[in-house]
Amino acid sequence: MGEKVLMKGNEAIAEAAIAAGCRHFFGYPITPQTEVAAYMSKRMPKVGGVYLQGESEVASINMVLGAGAAGVRAMTSTSSPGISLMSEGISYMAGSDVPALIVNVQRGGPGLGGIQPSQADYFQATRSTGHGDFHLLVFAPSTVQETVDMISDAFDLADKYRMPAMILSDGMLGQMMEPVVLPDPKPVEQDKPWAAKGHNNERPHNVINSLYIQPQELEDLVRKRFEKYRTIMQNEQRAEEYLTEDADIIVVAYGASSRVSRSAVDKARAEGIKAGMIRPISLWPFPVKAVSKAADTAKAFLTVEMSMGQMVDDVRLVVAGRKPVEFYGRTGGMIPTPKEVYEQIVRINGGVC
Amino acid sequence: MTLNILLAGFGGQGILFAGKVMAYAGMMEGKEISWLPSYGPEMRGGTANCSVCISDEKIGSPLVTNPDILIAMNLPSLEKFENDVVPGGTIIVDSSIIHKKVERDDVKTIYLDASSMAEENGLKGAANMVILGRMFAETSFCSYENLEKGLRKSVPARKADLVDSNLKAIGLGMKS
Repeated sequence: MGEKVLMKGNEAIAEAAIAAGCRHFFGYPITPQTEVAAYMSKRMPKVGGVYLQGESEVASINMVLGAGAAGVRAMTSTSSPGISLMSEGISYMAGSDVPALIVNVQRGGPGLGGIQPSQADYFQATRSTGHGDFHLLVFAPSTVQETVDMISDAFDLADKYRMPAMILSDGMLGQMMEPVVLPDPKPVEQDKPWAAKGHNNERPHNVINSLYIQPQELEDLVRKRFEKYRTIMQNEQRAEEYLTEDADIIVVAYGASSRVSRSAVDKARAEGIKAGMIRPISLWPFPVKAVSKAADTAKAFLTVEMSMGQMVDDVRLVVAGRKPVEFYGRTGGMIPTPKEVYEQIVRINGGVC
Repeated sequence: MTLNILLAGFGGQGILFAGKVMAYAGMMEGKEISWLPSYGPEMRGGTANCSVCISDEKIGSPLVTNPDILIAMNLPSLEKFENDVVPGGTIIVDSSIIHKKVERDDVKTIYLDASSMAEENGLKGAANMVILGRMFAETSFCSYENLEKGLRKSVPARKADLVDSNLKAIGLGMKS
């Protein structure tokens, strides 16, 4: 492990990806994630890697598809409108079982929206990043250090399950600096027998494709992929449980809004209110087990998001009417304050006690 | 202990840099720290600001909405953030640039001719470090040794020759 340094979230994403063995970055600049690409453009040539700015997000994601199909660790990074442009390529990658890392440093939407932090792409990330039946692995860090640690895991899991993985960050986490210890570098080469990287006439050639014109063949393939998704839902749920054991009110929040919520929970505890927090770390698979367990003991839930309410649907699906699930959010690039969240906790506490 | 600091001024005054030195120094001191810049449209010729949290505990929201310390390096920043400072907090004003007085009487106000002091000592553009020096003297948020380390870590290698002048400016602020 290296020494502790102060780093911007976006730069840490880039350095962590290089440490995880990524040598192929394709992207197109957009605020608030441009530092990822800028950092990559400086570092990749020095480590024998490729940095290429595509002519658009559409081009960039298809370069990622190509590199991923050839079996190398490839990634791209963009912000909300960029993901919309990439969604076709992401669907093709899911349909071709190509692993890669996609980073979304979210900003306010819809449309060009704004450039301030947002979490309004939860639906897009967890429900429908493109057309067709598929999922991405989606992880949401809440600190710069966690971002760094998650990048390596996300690459590993993408390779393990042969599917794209997404880091769902936001403008706050991308722009802020925090102390971080970078991991030791991993080997660049990975053994991927399925990859289309030249067969030297020693084996039948590998085909990476998402076109299946026979409906039965396509259904069989999609069903097989969903069996894999079921395994992932069983094995890869991740969440942090903070003071949940005896909590009456459990806040559910991820990423930037979980930081705000943690301060609010601490204040509520200091005032004698039994508050706690579940912080989903994997958004897909959603941490069903943690939320379901909490629904047995908590009196109410409060989902806090920087959106008009998206993850709250998943919380309600899991809680399934057993306890009230309320929502508080700010959107458009506004960040909720700990005070606002605390006041919601107090309001709900008044209602249940 | 948690110290929430908001630094604000024009783009180009070194607001973000002063915040970074503070954050790095806090880290060297073994504290939890965060640094969050404004990156909105207001940066183009308008105000730039930066939130720094230095704490013994894990930092929740890195966005400082109610600072313990406000460093104001231009009038729009003072007018925008004056009322957000916590009662009993501190406002450090660069009085070379801001001629208005702070209206609140429930905060400690320090008027520092930072820009003039820097310029008179051949340190034009180092008003941010003069103010940092004063803020350091007021709070002792880290040791001087760690402040210097934080500065050295924050200055990029190609500008290493600027460390000494920055230290001199910090010294001016500490003695003010």
